[in-house]
Amino acid sequence: MLEVPKASLSARTPHTGPETTRLKAEVRQLNFYYSGGVHALKDINLTLAEHQVTALIGPSGCGKSTFLRCFNRMHDLYPNNKYVGEIVMHPDNTNILGPKVDPIEVRMRISMVFQKPNPFPKSIYENVAYGLRVRGMRRRSQLDDKVEQALRGAALWEEVKDRLNDLAFNLSGGQQQRLCIARALATDPEILLFDEPTSALDPIATASIEELIHELKEKVTILIVTHNMQQAARVSDYTAFMHLGELVEFGDTDQIFTNPRQKRTEDYITGRYG
Amino acid sequence: MDPMYTHISQQYNAELEDIRSKVLQMGGLVEQQIDQALQALVKGDVALGEAVIMDDTKVNSMEVAIDEECSQIIARRQPAASDLRLVVAVIKTITDLERIGDEAEKIARMAVRLAGDERPKNNYAEIHSLGMHVRTMVHNALDAFARVDIEAAFNVAREDRKVDEQYEAVIRQLITVMMEDPRTITRVLNVIWAARALERIGDHASNLCEYIVFLVKGKDVRHTSLEQVEKEILGRSSGG
Repeated sequence: MLEVPKASLSARTPHTGPETTRLKAEVRQLNFYYSGGVHALKDINLTLAEHQVTALIGPSGCGKSTFLRCFNRMHDLYPNNKYVGEIVMHPDNTNILGPKVDPIEVRMRISMVFQKPNPFPKSIYENVAYGLRVRGMRRRSQLDDKVEQALRGAALWEEVKDRLNDLAFNLSGGQQQRLCIARALATDPEILLFDEPTSALDPIATASIEELIHELKEKVTILIVTHNMQQAARVSDYTAFMHLGELVEFGDTDQIFTNPRQKRTEDYITGRYG
Repeated sequence: MDPMYTHISQQYNAELEDIRSKVLQMGGLVEQQIDQALQALVKGDVALGEAVIMDDTKVNSMEVAIDEECSQIIARRQPAASDLRLVVAVIKTITDLERIGDEAEKIARMAVRLAGDERPKNNYAEIHSLGMHVRTMVHNALDAFARVDIEAAFNVAREDRKVDEQYEAVIRQLITVMMEDPRTITRVLNVIWAARALERIGDHASNLCEYIVFLVKGKDVRHTSLEQVEKEILGRSSGG
């Protein structure tokens, strides 16, 4: 019941795992209303396959970012925003939108990386250690290990290991973004959300982040919002196309980019007037 | 407006339209090559045969030019979905058109070689008839491409069976001629080469139809039987 066939992209790249993949999360009949009454998400149903990359594409204002933010309860930061429906995480079947679920708890399990690199005005080390300290980790050796592990996971360790106490702002844009990924990884999240992670980066930094996303899916399940369709085609296993708050089409990335079923998807990805 | 040309980028529309129209131009040239090669054979016209042989370089250079344009579109536009399928279909189509051109050239060479020999009483009527059959297939396949007409493509693909039967009949007939009079063997072998080239043109024409199915439906139907394809794509049994 909770298994789906692996996307063809993963079948194409060598892997030795089973031919099906488990579901990490299920979005069921999700509707979202902003405090002004705007109905921003309409009856969204979607599944996230575990250890796979799902990309959300669509024109500006279609609700991609709104949808992404539901996953870590960012909308709770403003009053009168309203969620209807559920996002169920597996294997524990927790509805993360449930009123009794603590948003802080949700954000421990689901981390987010934003469009512009936004490191804290602290040292490289402290940026990564921050979430761990908040969680009550105090022992220096334990912190050191975790920080190194996260920086290695974000493919940044080799570049910063000799300057961990430098201010994070001294890093280049691409390095800052990888630092933000390391910060997100430090708390061992189950799902990683990326909101346009490379739109402020040059092509080389973009390529290294994309490579990183590919490596990260060994550890986490990834949901990425991107305006760059080629990026969605390159990094994702599944693609969802959204338009005017609706989920128009969801499928294998291979299929969406070669033979989409819906005309609206076709028009969008081929750059036609909608 | 043709949905093909509704991109926000007018330049992109123009580029796609350009490769499409160049394929049809190349197809027109290839049709003409088949036509003239057959004329050269039937009339024993050496000059016409040599002209066909010369003109094969035009076909070849068109293939190279269209190929180059497709690479440019891929590099600059990163086409997706139906645009991607158009570019892929064009790249495959021109390969088959170029091969059809080569077959026409072969026929022209046979025509030149046979021109000096004694001519049969029927003046190669059976070859001419087979030739007109495959020429029509090529014409209709290009027409189906131009109109993106999947039904028409199936009609062409269906014709290939008939061409194969006609080819078998021609071969049987030619074998009989050789058995009756072994002195004809050298000449008839050349005729068989021409018949073989025509049969191959029929195969290439039906390949063109497979690319049209890919273009329209996004399904690769190569190496699948016609009945199977019709059942899957059109949801009906063959001939219905």
